[in-house]
Amino acid sequence: MLEIKDLHAKIDDKEILRGINLTVKPGEVHAIMGPNGSGKSTLSSVLAGSEVFDVSAGEVNFYGKDLLDLPAEDRAREGLFYSFQYPVEIPGVSMVNFMRTALNEHKKYNDEKPLSASEFLKLMREKKKVVEIDSNLTNRSVNEGFSGGEKKKNEIFQMAMLEPKLSILDETDSGLDIDALRIVANGVNKLKSKDNATIVITHYQRLLDHIVPDFVHVLYKGRIVMSAGKELALELEEKGYDWIKKQFED
Amino acid sequence: MSSTGIDKTEQIYVDLYENNTTLLNRVVSDAVSQQRDKAIELFKSNGIPRRGNENYKYSKLEPYFKEEYKTDFQHEVFNQNLDDVFKCEVHDLDATTIYLINGWYYRKNKLPASLPKGVVIGSFAEISKSHPEIVEAHYNKYAKNDEDSLVALNTAFAQDGFLIYVPKGVVIEKPIQIVNIMHSSEDLLAFPRNLVVIEENAQAKILLCEHTLTESKYLVNAVTEAYVAKNAIFDIYNIQNQHNLTTCVNSIFVHQKEHSSALTHNLTLHTGTTRNNVYVDMAEEHCESHVYGLYITDKNQHVDNFSFIDHAKPNCYSEELFKGVLDDKSTGAFAGKIMVRPDAQKTSAFQRNDNLLLTDTAKMNTKPMLEIYADDVKCSHGATVGQLDEKSMFYLRSRGIGKDEARILLMYAFAYEAVEKIRVPALRDEIKELVENTFRGELDKCNSCVLCGSEASSQYTCM
Ligand SMILES: Nc1ncnc2c1ncn2[C@@H]1O[C@H](COP(=O)(O)OP(=O)(O)OP(=O)(O)O)[C@@H](O)[C@H]1O
Ligand SMILES: [Mg+2]
Repeated sequence: MLEIKDLHAKIDDKEILRGINLTVKPGEVHAIMGPNGSGKSTLSSVLAGSEVFDVSAGEVNFYGKDLLDLPAEDRAREGLFYSFQYPVEIPGVSMVNFMRTALNEHKKYNDEKPLSASEFLKLMREKKKVVEIDSNLTNRSVNEGFSGGEKKKNEIFQMAMLEPKLSILDETDSGLDIDALRIVANGVNKLKSKDNATIVITHYQRLLDHIVPDFVHVLYKGRIVMSAGKELALELEEKGYDWIKKQFED
Repeated sequence: MSSTGIDKTEQIYVDLYENNTTLLNRVVSDAVSQQRDKAIELFKSNGIPRRGNENYKYSKLEPYFKEEYKTDFQHEVFNQNLDDVFKCEVHDLDATTIYLINGWYYRKNKLPASLPKGVVIGSFAEISKSHPEIVEAHYNKYAKNDEDSLVALNTAFAQDGFLIYVPKGVVIEKPIQIVNIMHSSEDLLAFPRNLVVIEENAQAKILLCEHTLTESKYLVNAVTEAYVAKNAIFDIYNIQNQHNLTTCVNSIFVHQKEHSSALTHNLTLHTGTTRNNVYVDMAEEHCESHVYGLYITDKNQHVDNFSFIDHAKPNCYSEELFKGVLDDKSTGAFAGKIMVRPDAQKTSAFQRNDNLLLTDTAKMNTKPMLEIYADDVKCSHGATVGQLDEKSMFYLRSRGIGKDEARILLMYAFAYEAVEKIRVPALRDEIKELVENTFRGELDKCNSCVLCGSEASSQYTCM
């Protein structure tokens, strides 16, 4: 479904992604780990269509489409979902209005008819249960005044609403208490199917205990320097990154 | 300077005045007529605000006054049925609606039979004769003719407008909607003059809608005076939805007595050039005043909001919020004067002006003007000029919301704080929709009038 080939991206002439290669197939779970500042969030936001970064080389193919050619909104409508490491607060835009607009723009794109108000509210009620999100939150402005954990839950709630084919979860576990972590992980697992895939970016094994990856990749200095099965995460948890850093110092 | 000592443009108005005095006086009582001479003298000596006038620094209005206009001093009763040409967009509102044409009270207005006893709603001119006591007690007592020559000019030419009198203890629950329609086959000059008197413990809320119905050029110089007595509550929401060839100077003077609460809200959704003046005198203790504005501009529109909040007595509270969204090459200005007089201890005065510029060519000038002569006061002011937040844009788009839709959501999110200040829930919902339509560019579909749909020229969008 997703094929990234030799992807380079820079900002202010500083190259942050320096040749990423990654293939994701339906049903798979990929974990991306790596030291702070190695480019994990950059990779995610470049895939999601951020215009902050310049893609200087490479190709990304998503279900046969040239992903890099699409504006951010079309990538989402094609089924890509990016759960932000730092979700944005948007005072004045209500969660309900935001989600209804998003959902109906997806429908329009796919030539489906928009949801009626009652259909929408019903769907919203259903999906709120998936992440056990507090009803009060969805009555407020987007992320405004949400706690760190509530913001992350809200990301997964949005994912549940939009039912993407590929989700990129950027440190969705950070800021979650133990119960919330379980709830969020269960939420992600409930939404999993043989047709969709997930990329989880995390620093900790504890999330991967719940969302078990098929592959673990290490991103370092803008490149994927190591890929293996789920045991790699355990090894990293134990040994840290020093041994990898030594190996791949330029 | 001409030989008489005044400029050519001013001379136009002095001549106009001298040639029409009899006509002007015919419709109103002496209490109104007697104010004219002094007013035209003030106008003569102060002149139309030009460069060097600090209060009008960012609005060059003189050229608009120089142009040629017809006047409507002998207003003939509007000969069409209003329902045929006009439909108000704030349609679902349960309100008492009255119409004005070119500032003249529409004679076929139907008032509900159920108005509480003693309430007077009607033509300013007529009431100046039928209820001289109201006009004598309040007319031209609050308008500051000496501070603003354009206000003096209005006083010199004042003929008609609406007058609302709410006697002691009467609460009018339903908003009173006043629709002023500029309707003329020729370019037109108008001086609407309105008076509102809310007596002790009384309450009223007014929604004023300013429309232009035909494609003529308009220069409207309106003055509204409002007297808000002890414990009274008064709201006035002014929705300006006028076409690009409109020049609108709109001045509101609010005079408050103890424990009263007043709210003014100027919502400029479309215009050519607009200058709004809001003067609030808190003449007694424990007054509360709310002064708000929202302006949404594009193309070459210009909107200038000036406010003067006078804290004359202790323990008063004032709150100002003006928000602007400026697109294309439009320009805006805000100046907020707050005067805290030596006697006005325990004053709370807060002022904010926030602006969103959608292009590099849109421009905003904003300036607070605080004069504080008391020491035990709480005052704050702030102004911001910013762009659409890129991070928010990306967040919305990453959820599948298109760029245009995301922009609309964010513009509305920005404006919403000002809309929330509307304290009549039914009005708030209606105005919310109008503001959203404005951002969607759907306001100029012109549901508000039937005429312009067929007559609009390509020169400008007809509102
Ligand atoms: N907008 C930006 N402007 C300048 N530099 C940036 C910008 N965004 C990211 N960078 C830089 O790019 C590099 C990669 O950042 P990125 O956020 O992708 O790292 P990360 O792997 O997600 O780190 P973390 O684990 O801390 O979340 C860092 O050096 C960062 O400072
Ligand atoms: Mg990161």
